[in-house]
Amino acid sequence: MSETSDLPHATRFSGRVWTFGDHISTDVMMPGSKVLAHPNITPEEAASHCMSANRPGWSAQVRKGDIIVAGRNFGCGSSRPAPRLLRTLGISVAVADSMARVFFRNCIHVGFPALLCPGVSKVFEEGQVAEVDMETGAVMNLTTGQRLQAEPLEPGTPPYDILQAGGLDQYLLHVLRKR
Amino acid sequence: MGMTMTEKILAAHCGASLVRPGQYIWASVDGTALISGSSGLAAIRRLEKLGVARLFDSDKVYVVDDHLAPAPTVEAANAMTEIRRFVKKYGVTHFFDWGRHGILHELFPNHGYVSPGDLIASVDSHSTSYGCFNVASCSLNEELVLVLALGKLWLRVPESIKCVLHGRLAGAEGFVVGKDVALYLAGKYGTDAALYKSIEFVGPAVHQMSMASRFSIANMAAELGAKFGIFPCDDKTLEYLDGKMRRPPLPTALDSDAAYAKVYEVDVTDLPPYVARPHDPGRSVPVTDVEGDHLRITQAFLGTCTNGRMEDFRMAASVLKGRSVHRDVRLIVTPASQAIWSQCLKEGIWNVFSDAGALITGSTCGACSGLHMGVLADKDICISSGPRNFLGRMGSEQAEVYLANPATVVASAVAGEIVDPRRFL
Repeated sequence: MSETSDLPHATRFSGRVWTFGDHISTDVMMPGSKVLAHPNITPEEAASHCMSANRPGWSAQVRKGDIIVAGRNFGCGSSRPAPRLLRTLGISVAVADSMARVFFRNCIHVGFPALLCPGVSKVFEEGQVAEVDMETGAVMNLTTGQRLQAEPLEPGTPPYDILQAGGLDQYLLHVLRKR
Repeated sequence: MGMTMTEKILAAHCGASLVRPGQYIWASVDGTALISGSSGLAAIRRLEKLGVARLFDSDKVYVVDDHLAPAPTVEAANAMTEIRRFVKKYGVTHFFDWGRHGILHELFPNHGYVSPGDLIASVDSHSTSYGCFNVASCSLNEELVLVLALGKLWLRVPESIKCVLHGRLAGAEGFVVGKDVALYLAGKYGTDAALYKSIEFVGPAVHQMSMASRFSIANMAAELGAKFGIFPCDDKTLEYLDGKMRRPPLPTALDSDAAYAKVYEVDVTDLPPYVARPHDPGRSVPVTDVEGDHLRITQAFLGTCTNGRMEDFRMAASVLKGRSVHRDVRLIVTPASQAIWSQCLKEGIWNVFSDAGALITGSTCGACSGLHMGVLADKDICISSGPRNFLGRMGSEQAEVYLANPATVVASAVAGEIVDPRRFL
């Protein structure tokens, strides 16, 4: 099922950084009482509640192209599809010391770039400018000049191909057409 | 070099004789699930949009409304109408509507969903629960569409952690159960200890403890960050599943020379009941450390996929019998399935709860995930038998949630503050 093609999507991002700490759960990203209880909620309404418990007012401050830099275990807890909300808000890429596995997979499967970069939370302060290259795994703090090297997704692996396709549905459409 | 239980099950499901950590595979699954709420609805709509006319196997897709059962709003009711239409259109054989329903992890194994040696990939992060039946079971969300259509998903073969449980767990009779082991592990090793890894539970205490305790530990492997949490198969496993399985069991044991990334050695003999403070399951301490704080509570919640089964209710009833819920506390009781609701009725357990002043609901994920049937208000302080206490988890972000075993929950409901249930032994 492996399928490699030219990159149709942006793989290099630079933008203003929002920092988040360790163990940011999907309960705070996508609160059950405000989002899950409403099966037909619009993406915009859902996204407006993102991080409202831990950072009231944050969702309204996010600008298109902003970048999240987080600590350990980003997206822990429930498997709910929280990356969609980050994407709706305009976040271009999330980089974290580590991410919960389902959250990371959800990122890949909706075509939302997410990079695991141990130590990244130590080299960014909020408001600084980051440059993230998903292809090489290079993470630059353009404000301080510090550079980190993450392990990028390996070409030819399923997550690489799916992210490249722009998400699972696009990838699946391709697979189903070939059947 | 040999293989871990995880590696053996994954190898068997990708047509390989051997797999190694780090390797990417496409694995065929033995079962998947679709549940109520926005994720189930999104999956159905995406499936139809992609033009997928058939499920990979309509007999291996289990469907239930557990998160919003019965519908609290018109919106949720309409969503269920859409799910029922999906069930008919795609010929789903295993659908459990209200009255025959339950929280998926408790319900499905009683209806042939799993056999030892299976690979399950299912919605809901607590899908690790099935690991107590010697099953490699991971959670998913966005890729449900992929699994519904093709019956396959990609996996990176994880490294495994061997968690050896020594000694004897006091069990329900001593008010120390699997939940306490899970909270202890989350506190000791951290809630990201098993990130991207499988955790395999072995050792004498594993075989000595009840299936209910194993279930709670596998369930909360999710709270260690684990991809899978797997137990060996023994007589208790097969006895529990006897007459329920739809595939012959393929019990899978680890090889003596299997490679583990880490080994945890834990003696559970003198383990006390544990409590996790807000807002992280990893902030766990012995209940004796919390007791002195005289933490007044406003709500106590007994239920969930972690601790909503018969062993839990029998244990809680033994604490509550002849006692009353404190006047400043609401005790909400939610069984993990309708079958458990019925059994509690037959055993007179509902009389005990009702006489004590508890509110008994139907089976739902409701209160635990802040959806309905017990959502917390601002400034509420709740002790819950659930798996999670993240900020805002059960409702208001100004509420606080403590996690504990069922005996601790009801003992605290009686006392009005968090107490060691062993004082009621």
